[in-house]
Amino acid sequence: MITGHFKTDYSADEGIWSIWPKRWGLVAALIALAVFPFMASNYALLLAGQIGIFIVAVVGLNVLIGYTGLMSLGHGAFFAVGAYTTVAIHHEWPLTFPLITLVISTVVAAAFGVLFGLPSLRVKGLYLAVATLSANFIILFLIEQDWLAEWTGGVRGTETPNAVFFGYELVSQQAKYFFIMPVMVIMLLFAQNLFRTRFGRALIAIRDKDYSAEILGIALFSHKLKSFAISAAYCGAAGSLWAYFFPAILPEDFGLNMSITLVVCLVAGGMGRTLGPIFGTILILLVPELLKVVAGYVTGGDATAQTWVSPVRDILFGLMIIGFLIFEPMGLVNIWDRFWRFLSRWPFAK
Amino acid sequence: MLSITEASLAFGGIKALDDVSFTAASGEITAIIGPNGAGKTSLFNIISGFYTPQKGRILFDEQDITGMRADKRAALGIARTFQNIALFRGMSVLENIKLGGHTRLNTGFWSAGFYYGNAQREEARLRAEIERDVIDFLELDHIRKAPVGALPYGLQKRIELGRALAMQPRVLLLDEPVAGMNREETEDMARFILDIQARWGTTILLVEHDMGMVMDISNQVVVLNFGRQIAVGSPEQVQANPAVIEAYLGTSDRSDNTAGEAIA
Repeated sequence: MITGHFKTDYSADEGIWSIWPKRWGLVAALIALAVFPFMASNYALLLAGQIGIFIVAVVGLNVLIGYTGLMSLGHGAFFAVGAYTTVAIHHEWPLTFPLITLVISTVVAAAFGVLFGLPSLRVKGLYLAVATLSANFIILFLIEQDWLAEWTGGVRGTETPNAVFFGYELVSQQAKYFFIMPVMVIMLLFAQNLFRTRFGRALIAIRDKDYSAEILGIALFSHKLKSFAISAAYCGAAGSLWAYFFPAILPEDFGLNMSITLVVCLVAGGMGRTLGPIFGTILILLVPELLKVVAGYVTGGDATAQTWVSPVRDILFGLMIIGFLIFEPMGLVNIWDRFWRFLSRWPFAK
Repeated sequence: MLSITEASLAFGGIKALDDVSFTAASGEITAIIGPNGAGKTSLFNIISGFYTPQKGRILFDEQDITGMRADKRAALGIARTFQNIALFRGMSVLENIKLGGHTRLNTGFWSAGFYYGNAQREEARLRAEIERDVIDFLELDHIRKAPVGALPYGLQKRIELGRALAMQPRVLLLDEPVAGMNREETEDMARFILDIQARWGTTILLVEHDMGMVMDISNQVVVLNFGRQIAVGSPEQVQANPAVIEAYLGTSDRSDNTAGEAIA
């Protein structure tokens, strides 16, 4: 019987893939990710791509909300910055290498994050949430202006470019999937690693007890600002992928609605946990689709019946989220934890 | 080492500190005592940088740190524990203590994100150092991976001391390290404090109500009352000081002799 995990040096003890279920779980997940597009329909790939992009953004938001304890209701705007930067770059230089565009979009979004973080981060809690709301309105207002319309398409939106890798244009959902998923995996691991070292620990310290963090030599404002910039950067990267993924974008795609969806994904999945954003995003983006399928089955494709059923669908979705907050306030990742606890103790205790 | 000159701090009309001056000698234990509300914690707050005194100066190694930001003072080597435990409850014991090493590390953002090169080496080095100097020293081996929130009060106090020690401080401010502890835990803590002094020559400032411990372990005692410094000197001198006896017990019909014993 295994009674413990024995290590012989500190580096091994600091590892995150230290036990075999984790190691093989990662390998299995990566294989599943790689094989999935060869078996899935176009519709499933559309959903998968969307989920992958959202995960990138929610992971970023997790850095800010989950680990640093700062609320934001404006990150849809940084998503927009990333998407429109990508469109603008391809407007000026149509043949830019996609990864370069991705990096530039990320950096530009981070810069906008700093710009909005500088004034907002002087306040905390609800006040910060209200202050970040302004990002939504100011940035989308700018995007809709006529003098920027050449690059942004203004209120009417704009068509977006396809990514071209060495002459190979990513047109099909399948090809785009293979662009999105590696970016997602790398960005996810990067965020996870941040919290194993000095910088990430400092952010968690600020979340848990800010005055205590200060006494340990952590400069509060600059760390909060960096956290804000990182989360904006992740949203910017997601925006860039979004622009490559969909044929066209509109300013209202990135409004308050998106900002709130990102937060809901994070809360449903579990804040301040690596897997939280993944679980939450999958749940929040898949459930409406499942409800659509169920509704289609119930109505049998009858058009009048569907107009009646579709509001019910929204109500069910809302009820589900409320139910979640009541019965599983720590998020889906808590169910996951319980499952592993159960397994590791079985058959001795429940 | 650390000297405070004519420091005054007022909140509105209330004088929390009024003309306080003393020097904490290098490598010695200086206790600050006084009745509740005497200004002991305010004194700690101006030393660690939460408040700036309206008047007076704080010198650390001849450097004026009166207006310096709290996080910069930490880098100079001023560490502190709090009266109400201020640990990071979401983290394990080990992570809490690692945070004490923050100012001494320099892993960059990219190295951290890829957990490669410097990040990996530095984490292993920090871990080894903490295991040797803090976890072994404070006998925390059995709980290093436990979440701090679930641990008993006495251990939490010790972990907070551990976190301060991980800063490798030159001055250590301990705000009521044995408050609410039983006799055994108090003796353990006193032993740790003396060991820290002996092993690293750390200058220690101590706010404490447990007079038995204060008189036993400190080299110098500073007595505050209503923000004013009413006595400073060796434990024996302070115990014999009539102003101190009056502040603690008030003027009563008890003989001075009984009062002296009560605080001894």
